Amino acid sequence: MRPETRALVLHLGVIAGLAALYPLLPTYHQGNLTRILVLAIYATGYNVLFGYTGLLSLGHAMFFGAGMYGLGLPMQHLGLPALPAFVLGTACAATLAAAVAALALRTAGVAFMIVTLMFSQAAFLTILYFTTWTRGEEGFVLARGARRIAGLDFSTPDVRFWTAFALFATALLLTLWMARSRFGHVLVAIRENEERTRMLGYDVQSHKFRAVVISGAFAGASGAAYGLFFGYVGATFASVQYSIFPLLWVLLGGAGTILGPLVGTAFMFYLINWAQDLTSAYMLVAGVVLVLLTLFARAGIVGEIRKRWLGWLP
Amino acid sequence: MTILSTDKLNRVFGSLTAVRDVSLSVDPGEVHALIGPNGAGKSTLVGMIAGRIPPTSGRVVFDGKDVTSLPAHRRMQMGMAYTFQITAIYARLTLFDNLALALDDRDPARVAAALDRVGLTERSDQLAGDLSYGHQRLLEIAMGVAQAPRLLILDEPTQGLAESEIAGFGDLVRSLRGTTTILLIEHNMNVVMELADRITVLETGEVLATGTPDQIRANLAVQDAYLGTTHA
Repeated sequence: MRPETRALVLHLGVIAGLAALYPLLPTYHQGNLTRILVLAIYATGYNVLFGYTGLLSLGHAMFFGAGMYGLGLPMQHLGLPALPAFVLGTACAATLAAAVAALALRTAGVAFMIVTLMFSQAAFLTILYFTTWTRGEEGFVLARGARRIAGLDFSTPDVRFWTAFALFATALLLTLWMARSRFGHVLVAIRENEERTRMLGYDVQSHKFRAVVISGAFAGASGAAYGLFFGYVGATFASVQYSIFPLLWVLLGGAGTILGPLVGTAFMFYLINWAQDLTSAYMLVAGVVLVLLTLFARAGIVGEIRKRWLGWLP
Repeated sequence: MTILSTDKLNRVFGSLTAVRDVSLSVDPGEVHALIGPNGAGKSTLVGMIAGRIPPTSGRVVFDGKDVTSLPAHRRMQMGMAYTFQITAIYARLTLFDNLALALDDRDPARVAAALDRVGLTERSDQLAGDLSYGHQRLLEIAMGVAQAPRLLILDEPTQGLAESEIAGFGDLVRSLRGTTTILLIEHNMNVVMELADRITVLETGEVLATGTPDQIRANLAVQDAYLGTTHA
């Protein structure tokens, strides 16, 4: 089998595996899997920018939040139906990403991290400032009756899972296709040697811009889906913690691998879950695991698998 | 008929004028060498030609168009190619990927043909960073050649190459003669005298002389400034 075919079979296999796994799981883990898939869309988008393009953003929570509030506010205050609200939320995130990219991409390296962090803090404070509509830290609950598209009622766990599954599968296959396209190859080239890439005649700035917008749109879709599925919109999801999470998930799973974001998200989800049972300082456990991984498996879980055994993994 | 010309190019870094009023013209198909002592402004000059360094004043005209305000990648798209003085390849990618990016095409036959020009075909699947220094330099030259440029700018291509590799480099340049215009910065005088059709000598940012290898060899001012031969 050619490596391309092998990779496609593997990724379709993972998708099929997720579908087969769901009915076998106990209810509690079914719910977890739904959350993991929604958040893995966020991680997958983050990976486009961090893993493939080599740009480290510390402000992705603003895109996740833009998706969530872009969906939630018009549903809550204007009675917008769920489907257009979902599209609007994703579009809000993509638009915000375009605006942030236009400014932040004038910087590079550490300055880019700081600028994205600052924009994200500004977005977070904006949510708190308009507490009248956003309900600030406390957030608001989306009415159960409004959370439906056509015949799908998102207060039902099974509907939630299968919709999350479809969204995640789309995100995964889109990134797989992207990674193999000319666009994806140029992103990797930028990550590996930006000046060389420019001097081969590639428009580095425009590729980076598109990477930020794609990444922001994925984050927004994930945020909108999270709000829609679980019926709650709150400022915590736009806080700095939610900018750090996708970075950790992608680092753990393997930056610049297609499956890494899913593996990292699932690993971290259950790690924190397990640590919460042990101690209230559960983030400490997450920290220790991260330190261990950077010491002994710097490429992340899937990255190490690729390095040691499966060199053809995209 | 010129493919490239510069018109009174200047570049000032603080109190240092690295390049002063350089007007240069390169004919299509020629191998034009830039020589001069360290700090003469050679790399700054080609940096301005390629679009990596904005000039303080002056113009760059390529293929009949004023490209002074165009960004580097647009100039490359117009038919320039540039190899760095300090090797700039994709060290963590395979040779195949390096060449595929240079070609902007992943067709295996074209990549193999491009690698074959520098004799690296068999190493197609190796990581570029695992190559010896000399092979990395050859890879970078192959990436420049693969773009089928009309103007190939080579910044000290033979630095760090062994004698046998330099001979191979000479053959490669000769095979491009007539189809590709080459602007060559080079310290190895044997290479310059052997390959160049014309030579421009820079000193402290200014053009000291331009001419054929024989003319440059006979030029007393150049001998004083650079070639180091004493004349009685």
